[in-house]
Amino acid sequence: MDDISRPIRRFDFDEKIAGKALYCADVRLDNMLHAKTLRSTKARARIVSIETPPLPEGFLVVDAGDIPGRNVVPGYYDDQPFFAQGTVNYVGEPILLLVGPDKDMIIRLLERFRVTYEEMKPVLTIEEAEGAGEGFIFGDKSSFFTLEYSNGDPDNGSLHSARIFTDEFRTGLQEHAYLEPQGLLAVYGDDGICVSGSMQCPYFIKEALVRALGWPEERIRVIQLPTGGAFGGKEEYPSIPAVHAALAAVKARKPVSLVFDRHEDMLCTTKRHPSVIRLKSYVDVNNRVIGREVDIRIDAGAYAGLSGVVLQRMMFSCGGVYDVPNLKVTGKAFATNNVVSGAFRGFGAPQVFFAIETHMENIAGALNLDVMEFKRRHFLHKGDTSSTGGIFHNEIKLDEIVSALERMSGYSRKRGPTGPGNGKLGGIGFACFFHGCGFTGSGESELIRARVRLKKYQDNTVEIFVSSTEIGQGSLTTLRKIVARTLEVPIETVKHTYPDTDECPDSGPTVASRTVMIVGRLLREAALEMKRRWDEDTFDVFREFRFPEHLAWDNKTFRGNAYPEYAWGGNVVSVEVDPLTFEVEVTGIWAVYDIGAPVDETIVRGQIEGGILQGLGYGGMEVMQTRDGAPLQASLTDYAVPNALDFPPMEIMLMDNPFSGGPFGARGLGELPLVGAAPALALAIQNAIGRKVTQLPVTPEIIMEMMKRGD
Amino acid sequence: MEIEVRFELNGKDVAVRTDPLSRLLDVLRDGLNLTGTKEGCGEGECGACAVLLDGHLVNSCLIPAISLEGKSVLTIEGYRDTERFAVLKEAFAGTGAVQCGFCTPGILMAAEAILRRNPHPTEEELREGLSGNLCRCTGYAMIVEGILLAAEKGTGIW
Repeated sequence: MDDISRPIRRFDFDEKIAGKALYCADVRLDNMLHAKTLRSTKARARIVSIETPPLPEGFLVVDAGDIPGRNVVPGYYDDQPFFAQGTVNYVGEPILLLVGPDKDMIIRLLERFRVTYEEMKPVLTIEEAEGAGEGFIFGDKSSFFTLEYSNGDPDNGSLHSARIFTDEFRTGLQEHAYLEPQGLLAVYGDDGICVSGSMQCPYFIKEALVRALGWPEERIRVIQLPTGGAFGGKEEYPSIPAVHAALAAVKARKPVSLVFDRHEDMLCTTKRHPSVIRLKSYVDVNNRVIGREVDIRIDAGAYAGLSGVVLQRMMFSCGGVYDVPNLKVTGKAFATNNVVSGAFRGFGAPQVFFAIETHMENIAGALNLDVMEFKRRHFLHKGDTSSTGGIFHNEIKLDEIVSALERMSGYSRKRGPTGPGNGKLGGIGFACFFHGCGFTGSGESELIRARVRLKKYQDNTVEIFVSSTEIGQGSLTTLRKIVARTLEVPIETVKHTYPDTDECPDSGPTVASRTVMIVGRLLREAALEMKRRWDEDTFDVFREFRFPEHLAWDNKTFRGNAYPEYAWGGNVVSVEVDPLTFEVEVTGIWAVYDIGAPVDETIVRGQIEGGILQGLGYGGMEVMQTRDGAPLQASLTDYAVPNALDFPPMEIMLMDNPFSGGPFGARGLGELPLVGAAPALALAIQNAIGRKVTQLPVTPEIIMEMMKRGD
Repeated sequence: MEIEVRFELNGKDVAVRTDPLSRLLDVLRDGLNLTGTKEGCGEGECGACAVLLDGHLVNSCLIPAISLEGKSVLTIEGYRDTERFAVLKEAFAGTGAVQCGFCTPGILMAAEAILRRNPHPTEEELREGLSGNLCRCTGYAMIVEGILLAAEKGTGIW
């Protein structure tokens, strides 16, 4: 085992296990006020009037009128307000904030606000948005984004003689269900405003505060506190409550703590995009897929948010791990009056890999071919081009991944007709997948341009200054390991704390499986320079991301390397389905990944097992439906996430395939494990019940319907 | 209306003036500033607020203050000074049982409750005992392994 991979004790471990880590809700300040948000109860309405009850002394209202800057959340179109002004577009949209010294009194007072609405006809589904001729939410358009690209020659005449296979898949909402609800704390003083709390991206929040307050950047500071899980749910969303808390602190001239309760959090925060994905494949006489059309439609919710980039990742990933010469991809992100869809670990990839993996299996089934062999024959290899025409420069070990999975799981043997022999329906499913590491397209080089700072002190200690956050994934440990190992100094001499925008340059957001691969790489470069200058007393080293010269991307044509690098994986899941209750018992989970070299095997294992579990929850358990735009499952009682009994232990293996562009050979990891679990589970169920699974999550209720319909 | 409630907290007698219907969770966090006990859902579903009440694992968000009279409450702030905690801590460090850490104090209280009844649980018994504590970061296996390791290393102390 490489030294970098050997597990060490996490630096955030001692304070967390002792209950001493102070999360946002744990912070108590003198004169601190609390706050709660009055939210829309309508999916789409004009606000006619708001009747405010008499407020006791010390209580105050904050709303759009208190915004000195612009009431616009920074985004692609700048279409979303921090506080609703005149209209509301989804259930849970913030209207105003009530601030005061007593939490219980705030709740009682909020119940006495009377909002009079004039309701408008809402757009509640992708189909409604697509079919609407008028009454659009977003100007004169039904969608925020309409994108397309092609590769090869998808109108190629030879496709006309090929056999055609089509499928349509649907996926539902997924809720992050991080254990710590959203929480932000704002303190206003002579130096300006300081917002701390639960977050993934301090600089996103800083940008939002600059926008809303209209103040110079020097008067705005953001500090991360210990953060109780995120998974994308604390990427873009916290900018909104951060601004609310800051406005309240400025108005009240006292610290303001804004902590959501679980119901509120589940009602109004972002979720995974629901999708409808259609695939059409052209197969020649040699049983080779020679052409493919993919159409992706997603429900963006009421505002554009990150839907444009989620849609891009879906479109650039939907070819799967297969080399298909002619490809046409179309995508739309529809505007609806549902809660805003946003970042969620995987960022669109879980939806499209469910679709492509199930589609490939269905084609193999229709052609009576061995599924693994059929997929294998289409695998990408080093030197091939991606769906956007970018060359894969590095070794792709899909064949080795599949061989390892076969050895571990006995897939082909278990795929046979023999059932488990206990009266249940047995099935086994296999999925292979990738995840593009880092920002899509030119994001890393043009939008982010990550910067890091490494400081050496006179006493030969070193400190890391990056904006990357610790969200449970271990960055306070892994980044130290990279720096200490590069400098060849004891790791205890390397300091690294939760990021503070006054000290840390913008290393980009903590998203897109980029922290170790991109930020870690920059820190390694900085550490190499520091090592050369080690005899100097006290100095800083800065590094900025530069797009690798061997890569290229054209954002107009979507041609080139959509990602700086890819991580790869394969999953097998076996199930037994009860033929009477249709309950699904997962009996085995096997997973093989190529993440380059692991930076700390224990942290890597934690990321993998947690990601797989979220993927299995997404695939089989986690149901969130809406009625009139409001989630029906807005509590952890109604929205079931996996507990310790739901799934068996997993067998995991890592491919040894160091990536020369990553620190100590590391590729991205965080999202990959979530991507493949749901398709493997869905295919196991499909093979158990002998019916085509066309939607996620596939719950016992769905299985029962499928069995009754006989389809 | 406020009442005075007397109970034992982490081995010491306390008297708290509180609304009789206040949640034990708020008595601990807001009244006594013991913030190691977390609020994850407020409806007894996630286990982040788990404490021991007369030795039994309860979700403190479901316990009204009035029911505490004469009872004994153990939270992470008391537990972390014990030998049992020290054993669990080292085991959890080794198996990587802590990620974001928000569920961790509740998980530790559940582990203590399980091991008190059954010092050498099977994996199945452990998973059953942990089923009221949600963790969204791990796949539970590293937590389960941590408790099994602690049970082995701590033979005789439970």
